[in-house]
Formats: sequence, structure tokens, C-alpha cells
Amino acid sequence: MDFDLSLVNWSRAQFALTAMYHWLFVPLTLGLSFLCAFFESIYVRTENEEWKGITKFWMTLFGINFAIGVATGIILEFEFGTNWSNYSWIVGDIFGAPLAIEGIFAFFLEATFFAVMFFGWNRVSKKFHLFSTWMVAVGSNLSAVWILVANGWMQNPVGMMFNPETARFEMQSFFDVVFNPVAVSKFVHTSSSGFVMASLFVLTVSSWYLIKGRHVQMAKKSIVVASVFGLLSSGFVVFNGDESAYVVAQKQPMKLAAIEGLYKGQTAAPIVAAGILNPKKQPGDDQDPFLVKVEIPYLLSLLANRSLNSFVPGVDDLIYGNEAQNIEGVGPKIARGKTALQDLAQFKQARKENNSQAADLALAKFRKNQDYMGYGYLNKPEDAVPPVATPYYAFHIMVALGSLFPVIFAVFLYFTLKGSLVRQKWLLPIGLISGLLGLMAQQSGWVVAEVGRQPWAINGLLPVQAATSNLSASNVQVTFFMFLGLFTLLLLAEISIMLKQISIGPEGGTLK
Amino acid sequence: MTMPRQNTPNINSFKRIVGNLYTFYRDGFSQMILGKKLWKIILIKLFVMFVILKLFFFPNYLNTKFETDEEKGNYVLEQITRNVP
Repeated sequence: MDFDLSLVNWSRAQFALTAMYHWLFVPLTLGLSFLCAFFESIYVRTENEEWKGITKFWMTLFGINFAIGVATGIILEFEFGTNWSNYSWIVGDIFGAPLAIEGIFAFFLEATFFAVMFFGWNRVSKKFHLFSTWMVAVGSNLSAVWILVANGWMQNPVGMMFNPETARFEMQSFFDVVFNPVAVSKFVHTSSSGFVMASLFVLTVSSWYLIKGRHVQMAKKSIVVASVFGLLSSGFVVFNGDESAYVVAQKQPMKLAAIEGLYKGQTAAPIVAAGILNPKKQPGDDQDPFLVKVEIPYLLSLLANRSLNSFVPGVDDLIYGNEAQNIEGVGPKIARGKTALQDLAQFKQARKENNSQAADLALAKFRKNQDYMGYGYLNKPEDAVPPVATPYYAFHIMVALGSLFPVIFAVFLYFTLKGSLVRQKWLLPIGLISGLLGLMAQQSGWVVAEVGRQPWAINGLLPVQAATSNLSASNVQVTFFMFLGLFTLLLLAEISIMLKQISIGPEGGTLK
Repeated sequence: MTMPRQNTPNINSFKRIVGNLYTFYRDGFSQMILGKKLWKIILIKLFVMFVILKLFFFPNYLNTKFETDEEKGNYVLEQITRNVP
């Protein structure tokens, strides 16, 4: 089928730019809100004013991050309506409820507990203030649930049925949508990685103070709390990352094959710990996918199927089929998808002609192949393969950094408790850049999730090229560069205000 | 005869709560220093988003072309089957 790929690609680039910009702020909000709650809990328990100062300082940085980041996600909704109108209409019934709940929830949370958190010092009781801080932390994270339910549904569409009358996927089971295994694993992995990100941010700022010899006690105390939280969270991220990989293997095997650079499926498959992909490799050819690689035996089979000797399908198995492993290739799916689209077109025509008998017949035929309708938009089996290099490298960067973070937290905690952290001149610069490494891991995670699921907007049901509006690519190009300018300005504003506040230090008091 | 007397404390306590809430937010906003700068950024950002971007660059594509859900559904169905041989 013919589509304007430049429009599709510009729309994708714009959405990716907005989502990645939005995601600079969200993980910090998710994690820093809990760290503020921990700091304040220690203050309320010990009644030590130093902890109050620490709480107020981190709360101020939390407030700055929140203020600059707030509403940047709304731009994504604008883009849905303008650039992705087919998609937006088709999923409207599924996304309406979760996004409305998120909006209402966020509004009430921000109007009440957020205000108490910043305006309420000395005006409400200590315990109510602490309760409000905890509510902001819990509420911010619950807000993320609904967004990730929507995202999880795109990766693994469940609990719905396509209604050709309305051209919409209509929700059949709210329970299935909310407890979609992809959504659950995505929420747990995303929020806990946000805790790691915020802990790294605390290490970064505190390391800077220690290098400068300023606010040493505050920095050390902050590091202890952040290292414990970061260590526990990063351990949990590794644990639930394993669950995420298992769910991806079961629901999106092509994504797993791409992030591992696995072209030919294997029994007792090893995982690639590190490696450089062969840029000339194409699906179906006999070239080695790697120029160089280091493998760990059996681990991919264990990760994907929880069995050391299981078979993990590669890109070639998934697109060309593997009879021995009972895997259907993409070719037959494309044929069934095209039949589904033809039946859908016949249904539309029959309805236009008020021929209800023909419409019913076409609908009955459509139902037989509706699960493959997305494949009908593909021209050849290779179209179902994501750009392998991007998710592969993003995944390995994320995993490498994710494995490094617990070590960083453990070393910081060890030397802080030993009382010799300030003397570890080699360690503090690592702490200083750890926040940037955290951001890199965060962004890589989203690249894995979103590029790895290409070409699908809705997995198996709607590819990105059928999801766009009928616009000219130049329209999208203009707004892309406009966003680039706007986001750069906002980011510079955040960095400048944040650095100024960090430079002032805890004397700046609470956010006023 | 006793009804107004019973209601008076409730009305007074409600008024007091509303008054306290108003004072809480008024004082909170008026005492802001850094917060004022952040609120300015938020308001400018919301203005740019909702007044400039939404109105001039990001109209809802289907809403600008169609009025009813039926028309929108028909159009999308047309779009997703337009290249079917």
C-alpha cells in the first residue's frame, strides 16, 4: 500500500521529540516525591531541624522540576488530534477512560496536597504536612498508572473489539485493559526506574556540594537516604526488568529478537552481553548479525521462557515462519490482513448502499481475520521488522547502566557510613555525572519500548503509516522545529533555575 | 422554630473552613518568591500551548472537518480502507 512516508516519519520524529522531552521531567518527579517524603518522615520522627532543612531543599528542586515539566505531556495529546487523527479516533474509546482518570486525579492532587506541601509549613500540623507530602508521592505515581495502561494497551491490545460501524476499538473489559500484563510490568519497571533516577539526581547534587566543600552534612545525609532508596529500587528494577523481558518475549517476540540482534532462532539461546552489529545484515541473508560479540550461554532462553533449553525465535523465524517450532510467518498474516481489509471495505460499501444483508455478510467475513487487519497494510514480510540497530543499542546501554547503578549506590553508601566519603576523590566525579547516566538510561528505555514495537502504532492491528492524518509533511516539519525551539528554551530555563537554586543551597529555604 | 438555631453552627463552621482555605492559598501565593517566577513560566507555557499551538498549529483534524461522530467514523473507515485493492 502507498503511504506518504515522509509525513509518517516527521510525525514520528515530532512525537518522539515531545515524548523524550516530557520524559526528562517525569522520572525525577516520580522518584523525588518519594525522597522528599522519606526526608520529611525522618524530620517528623527525629524533630531534628536539620532534616527539615534537607526536606525543604529537595522539595524546592522537586517543585522546579515539576513546574517546568508540568503540562508538557499535553502536547502529546495535541499531536494525537492533529497528526495522528486516524489513530486517535480508533483508540478513543479505550484511551478516554484512563486519560480522563489521570487528568482528574492530577488536578485534585495538585490543587490540594501539592499546595499543602509548599504553602503549609508552619500552617498545618507536622503530621498533616507529612501526610500531604506522601499523598503527592503516591498520587504522582498513581497518575503514571493510567498513562502506562494506555501505552501498555498499544503494545498488547486486549479487552476490546473493533467495531466497523464506528471504526473504533471498543472496550469490552476495563479489568483486562487495566491489568494487561504489559501495562503492569511497564508501570512497575517505569516507576521504579524513576526512583533510581531521582536517587542518582540526589547523588549528583550532593557530590557537587562535597567537591565544593559546601553543605557537607546535608550532602552526606541526603546521600545515605538516596543510596538506600536507590540501591533497593535498582535491585527491584533488575528484578522487574526480568519480568518485563519475559512479557515482551511472550507478547512482542519481534521486539525481543530486535533488542538482542537475534536473526536465527536458537534453542538454549545465549544473551549478547555486548557486541557490535553488522550494519549490512538484512533479514533472511546468511551474514553474521554481529561484527563482534560477547555472549552469556542460556541466559536469553531463561529470560524469554524461564527455561534454559527453550527455543527463542529470531527475526527470520518470525517473518518467514518456522514450521518445526510452529511459528507462522508474516506472509500468511499479510494475506489474512488484506482479506480482512477487503471485507472491511465491502462492509463500508454495503452500508453506504443500505444493503444490510451484504453488510452483515462482509462483517461476518471480517471477524474471521480481524486479528490480522494490521498486517494488511504491509507490503512484504520484512516490513514487520523494526530498525534493529536502534532498539539493540538502546537496550544494551540501558542494561549496562542499570547494572552499574546498584554498584554506585552501594559504594556511596559504604563510604558514607564509613565516614570517608569526602576523601574518595575518585568517587565524587562519578556521583556528579551519575544523574546524566540515569537520564541516558531512562531515554534508552523508552527508545527500546517505542522503536522496538515498530512498525506498529497498535501491535498487529494498526501500523504507524495507517494511523496518521491526511496532512502535508511540511506542516509537521514546521511544528517539529517550533517544538525544538520551545523545548530548548524551557530546558534552558529549568537548568538555569535549578543550578541557581542548587548554588544557593538549603539557605534558600522552601519553594516560595 | 429550632431549625435556624441548629443550622447556624454548621453554616459558621463552613464559612470558617472556606475562609481558612482562602487565606491559606492567598497567603501562600502572596509570599512566593521563586514560586512567582515558576508560575510565570507555567502561565507563559500554558498560553503558548493552548492559545498559540492548539489554536493555530494543532487543531483537532477530525473536529475541523466533521461535526458528528458518525461523519468522523465514516471518514476514518474510508481512510483505513482507501488503498484496499
